[in-house]
Parts: sequence; structure tokens; C-alpha cells
Amino acid sequence: MPSSIPLRFGLIAGVLAAVVAIFAWVGGFLTPARISGGGIANVMQAANGKVYPGFRRAHAKGLCVSGSFEANGAGTSVSRAALFPSGIVPVIGRFSTGGGDPMSADGRPVFHALGLRFALPHGEEWRMAIDHTPVFIVSNAADFMALQQASVPDPATHKPDPARVKAFAATHPETAAFLAYMKTAPLPSSFANGTYYSINAFRFVTADGQSRAVRWQFEPEAPFAALDPATLDKQPRDFLFDDLLARIRQGPLKWHMVVIVANPGDRTDNATVRWTGPHRRIDVGTLVLDRAATEAQGDCRDYNYDPTILPKGVELSDDPLPALRSAAYSASFRRRAIEGPHPDAVTTAQAKGDVQ
Amino acid sequence: MTPTRFALPARILHWTMAALILAMLLIGAGMISTTTARYPALLAWHRPIGIAILILALIRLGVRLTHRPPPLPADLPALQVAAAKGSHYLLYALMIAMPLIGWAMQSAGGYPVILWKGAVLFPILPHAVQLYGWLRFAHGLLAYAFFLLILAHLGAALFHALIRRDGVFGSMAG
Repeated sequence: MPSSIPLRFGLIAGVLAAVVAIFAWVGGFLTPARISGGGIANVMQAANGKVYPGFRRAHAKGLCVSGSFEANGAGTSVSRAALFPSGIVPVIGRFSTGGGDPMSADGRPVFHALGLRFALPHGEEWRMAIDHTPVFIVSNAADFMALQQASVPDPATHKPDPARVKAFAATHPETAAFLAYMKTAPLPSSFANGTYYSINAFRFVTADGQSRAVRWQFEPEAPFAALDPATLDKQPRDFLFDDLLARIRQGPLKWHMVVIVANPGDRTDNATVRWTGPHRRIDVGTLVLDRAATEAQGDCRDYNYDPTILPKGVELSDDPLPALRSAAYSASFRRRAIEGPHPDAVTTAQAKGDVQ
Repeated sequence: MTPTRFALPARILHWTMAALILAMLLIGAGMISTTTARYPALLAWHRPIGIAILILALIRLGVRLTHRPPPLPADLPALQVAAAKGSHYLLYALMIAMPLIGWAMQSAGGYPVILWKGAVLFPILPHAVQLYGWLRFAHGLLAYAFFLLILAHLGAALFHALIRRDGVFGSMAG
């Protein structure tokens, strides 16, 4: 032990400084380039052009649905998840359109999405955030960040500079392919007749420990119909949401959950790559949505559809996106929670008597 | 007889919890800094360790109330005595409050409080999103307060060990 008092004070200061340094390093304070959930929320706010208090930083406009999942038992061959044995599980969900403006018009070529929360026995839950496109626009956090940064409006024109997104796409062929797909692929005419894809690969594990990479999709019983791109911008602002409210009043809407088992060689670590060719498909049950309500009246808004909330029997794969989505959704959730809920577009329109 | 050291259960609890609480602060700071696979992995550790700390803290409170700790040195200045006593009240309060706030905020946020796959703890608050927002804010803020308090605690312990050499450090470490 050092004998002089200043040296011993120096030793104490050194120990404390080392603890602070370790904490700062682990917390990312020394590595500003590290991408956090808060950093993603920040760039999305910037890309939105402003903060819409109380709303999700993405998929801000939504509608609540609820119903049940009727499992047929077939899923038990690939996963021990409590969703799969024959039986009925209550479900709540939230349909949404992509983008951060909660009052945006529905007639845009954007993601149609569905958040689902399956309430399983013993408090277990399975949450999903599924989209109407089979693949995603980027494959990892750094690319997501860069693409959002390229979409931030120019301060002079208040519009994103298309050249910047083009420049990003030029160096990211998967993003270029996705943008081309969004331009050409027919957009479902309703939330009710879209197929919703897990986007990401997950792993299913059976009771005896067999683990398989899978994706899944919810295929509608309602026949597909496409929106006419020419009339897209002439549609009423909330036409997709109003259509869903009207359809559910006519009767329950149904989707089949189809599990796609990966073939050897399928990419599980890249959500921009489709699994092509024949695959083992397992229809594991039917999602039945029989009630819909606006966000203010329903019970879906205040949940975070975090795709990493999984039951026993379902695990994350080596796809980096679910972790990114989880961290970003969580940052968005804590921000909008403290801001408090604000009236949603469809509730506001109904109050004004804009719809039936 | 006046004890010169903390009772053995108190010492075991102190050092076990020291490791767990430091790990928790680092896990918490680490997980919100990243969007990699470390995020869900660290989050999965954060909940069971938090509940373990809550249980250990309650046991420790019982041990503290039933075992007399060694007295502080008689020549310790009044201000340092007040700082020692006050900071220990705060440390106990935070050891119990932090996991409770974490559990409460996850409940209010409508999240399943997953200890490990298949084991979900019951909620201790109803689903209330704005309450979640404030509790989540408090959880983060108090984590920084806890970290600063632990730094002060460590600094004071080393001050007793290296500068005053008055046996206080040895009463827990010895």
C-alpha cells in the first residue's frame, strides 16, 4: 500500500474513475457511432419532419381489432409453443399503415401492417409485428439508420431529397429491389385481403429439442383484390380503416397462419432475401378477427407489438432485425407513453361525423 | 458485546448483492445503448436478476433489523456519520425500489414480466400506458442516482480503508 496520503487519495480516485469509465464504455457514451433504440427513434422523428406526441414513431395511424386464434394442432409438429395445440387463444391486434404521420391519408404505396398479441395460458404471450410485404427494405441496423437519415427532409424544401434515397439504393441492391417491388407489386385493396408476413426468420423448437428455422405468414380467406394505383390519391383519407370497420360489421375476418419451414441454404440472417422455390408449408390454424374499434375506443394502442416477445418453443434466429425492432419499438413506446395518448385520426373523423 | 464486524449473513448478502447490483447497472446501461442481439439477451437477464435482488434485499433488510451492525468509529465527524447513515437508508431504499419500479412499470406497460421462457410473473399494476411512461422515466433516473450513490459508497469505503484506517472497511470486507 502506498505510504503517502496523496498517493492513497490518488488510488481511490483511480478506482472510482475506472468504475465510471467501465460504465461509460458499456453504456455507449464512448462510442457515439453505436446504434441505440433511442437513436433509431431520433432518426425516425427527424425523417417524419416532426414529433407527433403520443403516437408511435412509425406506423402511427392504426385501428384496433380483436378475436381469437383457432389452432388445429398441426403446429405442434414443429414447435412446443402454447399457441399450437388444438384450441382457442384470445388475440388483440392493431392494423396500421406505414409512416409517422398519424393523420396521413391511406392512399399511399406504404406498408400495411398488423400487430398481434396472443394471450397464451400461464401469462405467456406471443407478439408479432407483421407486414404485407414478404421481405424488408434493409437487412441490418446500420443500413436502416442510413436509409432513415437519407429520408430526413431537407430544411429548405421540407421534403426528402430523392437523390439521397437513390444514392443509398444505388449501393444497396436489396433496397433498390424492395423499392421496385413496392412500385410494381399490387397493393391490397383492404387490410382484410392482404397477406401478412413475419418478415424475419425465427426458430421453432419442439418439446424434444428439435430446432428449425421458419418464417410464417397470415393468408386471408378474403380473395385478394388490388388497389388501382391511378385512383390511390383520390381515395378518402381513412378509406382503409373505414373499410375494415365496415367489413368486420358484416362478419368475422379470417386468416390462416402458415408456417414456412426453411430449406437447407435459406438465408435466416437477412430479411431482404426471399425464400424461393417449394417449401414445407404447415397451416397451423385460423386467426378470426370479429371486432374492430378505433384506437381511442379499442384496447390495442397501449401495447408494444415487440416481435421478440415470444413463448417457449419460439426463439430468435440469427436475423439481426428483431433485436433492432425491439429496441426501437421500446424507445418509441416509452416516449409516446410519457407524452400520453392523443386522439387518433379515425376517432376524430367519427366525432366530426365524417363517416357513417 | 459490541460487534466489530458485520454478521456473516450480512457480509455474504452485501458482497453477493454488490456483484448483482453492479451487473444490473451495467446490463441496464448496456442494453439501452444497443440494437444488436445483445439487446434482447441483456433484457432477458435484467428481469430475473432484478427479482433476485428484490428477494435478497428483503432478506437483507430482515438481517439488518435483527443483527446489530458494528458501531461507527467514535471519532468520526458528525457530518460523516450523517452521510454514512443517510446514504445507507438510500441504498436500502433503492435496492428495494428499483426492482419494484421495474416490475411495476412492465406491468403498467402491458408487458409480460418474463423471468425465463415459460415463467411469467403476475402484474403488480393494471395496464396504464402513461403510468408506464413515468415509471420508466423514474427507473432510468434512479438508476443514475443509484450508480452515483454506489460510487460515493465505494469512495467512502476506500477512504476508511486507505486514509482513516479505522476498521470500517474491514468490518464488511474482513
